[in-house]
Amino acid sequence: MQLDIPKKLQGFVDQARAVGKEVFRPISRKYDLAEHEYPRELDLLASVLDGMNEGDAGAGAGAGKLKQEGRPKRDGNRNGTNMSTVLGLIELCWGDVGLALTIPRQGLGNAALAAVANDEQLKRLHGKWAAMAITEPNAGSDSAAVRTTAIKDGEYYVLNGEKIFVTAGERADCVVVWATLDPNLGRAAIKSFVVEKGTPGMTVARLEHKLGIKASDTATILFQDCRVHQSNLLGSAEVDVNKGFGGVMQTFDNTRPVVAAMGIGCARAALERTRELLKGEGYQANYGRALWSSSAIEAELYRMEADLDAAFLLTLRAAWMADNGQPNSKEASMAKAKAGRTANSVTLRCTELCGTLGYSESELIEKWARDSKILDIFEGTQQIQQLIIARRVLGLSSTQLK
Amino acid sequence: MSFDPIGQALSALNKLAGNELLHKYGLYQPTQKIAYRATKEGFRAAVAIGRQWKEAQKLLKPERLPKAQRKNDLFDLSISEDQQMVRDTAQRFAKEVMRDAAMKANDAAKAPEDFAAQFAELGLAAFAVPENLGGAAAESSIVTQVLVAEDLAYGDMGLAVAALAPIGVANALAAYGSADQQAKYLAPFAGDKVPVAALAIAERRPGFEPRELRTRARIDGESYVLTGEKTLVPLATSAELFLVAAELVGRGPQIFIVEAATAGVSVKDDPSMGIRAAGLGSLKLDEVRLPRTALLGEEASAVDYEQFLDRSLLAWCALSLGAAQAVLDYVVPYCNDRKAFGEPISHRQAVAFKVADIATELEAMRLLTWRAAARAEEGKPFHREAYLAHVLCTDKGMQIGTDGVQLLGGHGFTKEHPAERWYRDLRALGVISGGVFV
Repeated sequence: MQLDIPKKLQGFVDQARAVGKEVFRPISRKYDLAEHEYPRELDLLASVLDGMNEGDAGAGAGAGKLKQEGRPKRDGNRNGTNMSTVLGLIELCWGDVGLALTIPRQGLGNAALAAVANDEQLKRLHGKWAAMAITEPNAGSDSAAVRTTAIKDGEYYVLNGEKIFVTAGERADCVVVWATLDPNLGRAAIKSFVVEKGTPGMTVARLEHKLGIKASDTATILFQDCRVHQSNLLGSAEVDVNKGFGGVMQTFDNTRPVVAAMGIGCARAALERTRELLKGEGYQANYGRALWSSSAIEAELYRMEADLDAAFLLTLRAAWMADNGQPNSKEASMAKAKAGRTANSVTLRCTELCGTLGYSESELIEKWARDSKILDIFEGTQQIQQLIIARRVLGLSSTQLK
Repeated sequence: MSFDPIGQALSALNKLAGNELLHKYGLYQPTQKIAYRATKEGFRAAVAIGRQWKEAQKLLKPERLPKAQRKNDLFDLSISEDQQMVRDTAQRFAKEVMRDAAMKANDAAKAPEDFAAQFAELGLAAFAVPENLGGAAAESSIVTQVLVAEDLAYGDMGLAVAALAPIGVANALAAYGSADQQAKYLAPFAGDKVPVAALAIAERRPGFEPRELRTRARIDGESYVLTGEKTLVPLATSAELFLVAAELVGRGPQIFIVEAATAGVSVKDDPSMGIRAAGLGSLKLDEVRLPRTALLGEEASAVDYEQFLDRSLLAWCALSLGAAQAVLDYVVPYCNDRKAFGEPISHRQAVAFKVADIATELEAMRLLTWRAAARAEEGKPFHREAYLAHVLCTDKGMQIGTDGVQLLGGHGFTKEHPAERWYRDLRALGVISGGVFV
């Protein structure tokens, strides 16, 4: 048993940290203020990341590398791409969550492709930046309720519907869209399709103005008689009522720890800066006295750090399980639930502890406290994670525990 | 609340004892004698009969367990086959012996007569004693001990403390004892009759800070003289041996080996809110004169006191995992079976989400505890990790304890269910220092 970051990944973590520090931090406030402006500084960075991954066959990290691995041989133990991806993303999001979300070719759509695309699709879409379009005006957490339709017409599917909250929806090269083959057949009929930008019938209707992660564009995308070739359907075309949602939901087991990692990075940034500022005021927080003989501020710092480390380890566990071929649906949701709520509470508390400094735009703490809110919402809200965990722990179905 | 004449008298006398004027005018010692007489019906001489502590062999140097070796430094949550074998044994014992004995032991505020002997049959104490002293320990096994502590506490936390307190003393002797101390005190833990022993750190006052002890040791010729009172000591009235934390004037907190039969040592039962089966009590040291060889490690710098505290906290963290897991495993079937408004209460999100949070925070507690234990076992610094694990286990463990009762509603408040006992047990994390040690 060993729960520290292995040396072989430390170099990678340091690189990601350098990106967070040297690339993201200096432009963090700029794109927080200039919402919807494209952070062109990231094009160069994306090429560097691509190069790092290409040069490192079989390893590497990033959204396009996430997938559930097979079981290692007896006594085997892998620290693979799931782990390196969450570790890297923690550092990037320590730099800036919004910017990390808009690194070209590192979209959630890329994670979906990695999880469910076939070899032909992977080859054809290689090098494309893929966004993920699931949510609709009337289908948020209830993703089985999507009303965007995909009607078969010869070799094509015809897509109609409205997708909202598409991260990188304007900037990405293609969009992975969830649509139903038949709204009467429920979850089993929901399939995902890759639609490339420029496909007639797909338009970006507008961009959201948001509380935080303003560097990342959040688009509304309309599909009006948008014809998509059947080779763009991800996974099986069959509607298997017994199998249900498995195919499309599989992506989430891999991406939830990734979003958890975002929360950890964001909260670490806030806690680290808060400690720095408080140190100047004489608060040491060096674990030198029992909790109740420390100052209230120090006790709060310890509690936040404990929660944050717990979220970190839950996230590493989920990633480690994926790397080692262990089903991790419950653990991925635990990581996301704990990290989401902790990121939000820690950043808000840091704002409070730092007083007007924490609240002022002269520091980034208030920004982190705005950015963190989305991390307890997207990729499954806190409550959705609790539902998933509760169903697993209690052994209940989705009709029993609604 | 019933009227407690001894408590009232102690309370009055303690006020007197804390009075600076008494010290100033040299009235402290006479006052203490009065206090001693007034309360001696409560405190009584500690176990006087029993074993003669003597060196069965001569060691040239102390036996230190080497740090655990790892194949590589990869992140790894798997449990080895050896660890699993020990766990199976502990889990079986927890299920077959401890769970059934728990409530009776709680009521009696001590473990059943035959419990120590039953537990000794598992042979776990030998894993705290190095091979050269007749034990079975080849290297540090803090992780395994943490796993075992959880498994035993799953049976019952109070009984687990009773079982593990002596092993904790053995661990501390293995970690810090001098050659002579190990030959004299540690070797018997590998024998047929495991000594009854416990660590005594905590003192009776709010906001107790283990780095600021009121129990004092002073040097007097070839002796140390200890005075003070320790509380929440497991097995207090039956122990043959204590490791006592005391402020050595000018040298900071130290650990002293105190044989229970030493003059001036008295003990009394002091049942508390929970972990009652541990046989909690107070240990009073009234001008207890000890040889210079009674200082653990025989040098004032031998014991890393912060590390000592951390290894004790780690043991408590491990125990809290077992109690919290017991809560989770109890509320799941209960909430699935219990019907309200025509369906199982687990079908309601307000109930189900509480269960989800129990499961999540329990895993969080476990991972923080494991991380600290793994680092300790490998000889890496682990103070920060143990500190944070303790903070989390204290907060979330108690939350799990109170949610466990809440989910059972009024039934949870009664002794018909063990939830109220886990609630009381889990509160211990916030108040404890010492007692157990991995």
